[in-house]
Amino acid sequence: MADGEMDLLEDEQVFVAGQYQLMWWRFRKHRMALVGAAVVILFYTSAVFADFIAISDPAKSDVDVAYLSPQTIHWFDGGFSPHVKELIGSRDPDTFKKVYTTKPDSHIPIMFLVRGYEYKLFGIIKLDRHLIGIDESQNEERRAPFFLGTDVQGRDMWSRMVFGTRVSLTIGLIGVALSLFLGVTLGSMSGYYGGIVDVVIQRIIEITRSVPTIPLWIALAASVPRDWSMIRIYFAITILIALFVWTDLGRVVRGRFLALREEDFVMAAKIGGASDVRVIFRHMLPNFASHLIASTTLAIPFMIISETALSFLGLGLRAPAISWGVLLQQAQNVQTVAIYPWLTLPAVPVTVAVLAFNFMGDGLRDAADPYGN
Amino acid sequence: MIAFMTRRILLGLFTLWVLSVVAFIVITLPPGDFVDDYVANLIGDAGFGTPVAALLEENLRKEYGLDRPLIIQYYKWASKAAFGDFGFSVEFQRPVWEIVSDKLLMTIIVAGATILFTWTLAIPIGIYAAVRHRKIEDYALTFVGFIGLAIPDFLLALALMWIGYFYFDFSIGGLNTREYVTAAWSMGKVVDMLSHLWIPAIVLGTSGTAGLIRIMRANLLDELSKPYVVTARAKGLKEWRVVIKYPVRVALNPIVSTAGYLLPFLISGSVIVSVVLSLPTIGPLLLRALLAEDLFMASSIVVILGAMTIVGTLLSDILLMFVDPRIRMVKN
Repeated sequence: MADGEMDLLEDEQVFVAGQYQLMWWRFRKHRMALVGAAVVILFYTSAVFADFIAISDPAKSDVDVAYLSPQTIHWFDGGFSPHVKELIGSRDPDTFKKVYTTKPDSHIPIMFLVRGYEYKLFGIIKLDRHLIGIDESQNEERRAPFFLGTDVQGRDMWSRMVFGTRVSLTIGLIGVALSLFLGVTLGSMSGYYGGIVDVVIQRIIEITRSVPTIPLWIALAASVPRDWSMIRIYFAITILIALFVWTDLGRVVRGRFLALREEDFVMAAKIGGASDVRVIFRHMLPNFASHLIASTTLAIPFMIISETALSFLGLGLRAPAISWGVLLQQAQNVQTVAIYPWLTLPAVPVTVAVLAFNFMGDGLRDAADPYGN
Repeated sequence: MIAFMTRRILLGLFTLWVLSVVAFIVITLPPGDFVDDYVANLIGDAGFGTPVAALLEENLRKEYGLDRPLIIQYYKWASKAAFGDFGFSVEFQRPVWEIVSDKLLMTIIVAGATILFTWTLAIPIGIYAAVRHRKIEDYALTFVGFIGLAIPDFLLALALMWIGYFYFDFSIGGLNTREYVTAAWSMGKVVDMLSHLWIPAIVLGTSGTAGLIRIMRANLLDELSKPYVVTARAKGLKEWRVVIKYPVRVALNPIVSTAGYLLPFLISGSVIVSVVLSLPTIGPLLLRALLAEDLFMASSIVVILGAMTIVGTLLSDILLMFVDPRIRMVKN
């Protein structure tokens, strides 16, 4: 086939392709956005399969291995056989700091798909297999390897970070869904009806935006009762974050509605006898749904940072809940950071997740713009 | 113009009033009040729950007006706060304004240093990235900028603390060396503060710098493709002169006019970072007041920060109207 014919074929494909097909083609060209999307998917997968990826029970404490620094993995022993050494814990007689040495000739092999603690996948399927770990039947002390060290109670940092993914990333999703709901409902009402409704909603948005967010936020978070259950605090914090984020979406939606209100197809739908709700959700909203998806994606990282910051200050989620912010709470002062630097590790997934969401959102925004190339 | 200003000022006052009501209600939401804590902590020896303790508790409540309905408490506080008297801090046992004004100065110093850092870095880099458009330097700077935008500032503070401790044997935190913290203002103290100020400036300024680089670059790119630049170049002007003399001046317009937003944004944003770096700014004070349920102190801080945000936004809008005649026309 000649080149000209190929071009023609591709052109024809472009003409008949649906809106989302076009978006995907444009998105695909954006390398960093693709990488970002892959990382985001990876994160959510590990949130779903947290039990499988975790090495030991994140709540299991074991004071004999408190404040253990990340264990070295030895790759070779004769041939290729990754293993860790057995630990001997003692106390420094001068500083009372825990120190660990290893038995030089010990050999605890690291294996894939080993048996570990029991858990329920999706809350139903009983399993005890884990992605990596050590054969506990061979190892008398039944101690999982601690690749990323342990905290004050000897809990495995790796497993806790994997579990933190669940809370930290779902807060972003639920919060964004909530602010999307608020933003679309109020924004569309404001733009569609105009008049007094518009004035009132616009004033609400203006006031919310000119309020110093973080101080008021801290005040609100501090007023969440301490004796609430974990789930209630989780939702309270999510609602709190969403209350300040929806205004951006509200403004975008209103602007679009103002522009679309005068279009012929809206008039046609109205004359055809469609109800207001139907005109808004069936005819107008799909016009900028792709744009909304992009704005929403860009709002998620902000939520993740917010939750982390609040929990870090001790105002958000509290132990025994596990989120990246809660884990970072241990690394609040210089002393801890200096003596136990591995406690700052949860900062890594926060940064990576935020970056990934930003790249993905940026790519989506470009792809959703029908006037881009 | 005058109508617009009046409308804005009225709306600002209204916002401030709403904010003060919300802050007051929110802060009284948690069960118990300051006296509960105070009594539990200080009169342990008198015997908790004894008649003496109950009497003391009652007297304290009366003294601070905590036995009145919330609406009367609010009225008493707000009617005075409107004229600059923010009441008495039960936590510090001193008037609120006395404590806050001191920290407010530090907060403004930190914010000022951050703005200085942001501008001195972002403007030249933005120009450079625009001039090297679609070259390797441009891509590299864009990528670095993205990372700067993505890293939460309090995590950056944590990372700097760690690096400072391990590699430079330098304890990061605070704005003064220990000897100077309580000392009166002197040349030595100013120099000492300057040697500490760069850390919060970097931490707070990084994301702003990254954002500003993007804006500066985009603005300048728009300008550089205009015919007058081509004319200047055709006349044989040196390249740097072509760029600096006119396009940069035009591209700087929006940056100068958004300066007003930057200050309140930094003051409110520095709260969390200040806690991490233990800076003597208003952030840690607010946190402490909230946790101690020091009603007047916490509400006053929220309202003062709110007032600064609103004034800052107003100032930048006015500045914008002065700088850009197009906006002036639309508003009229």
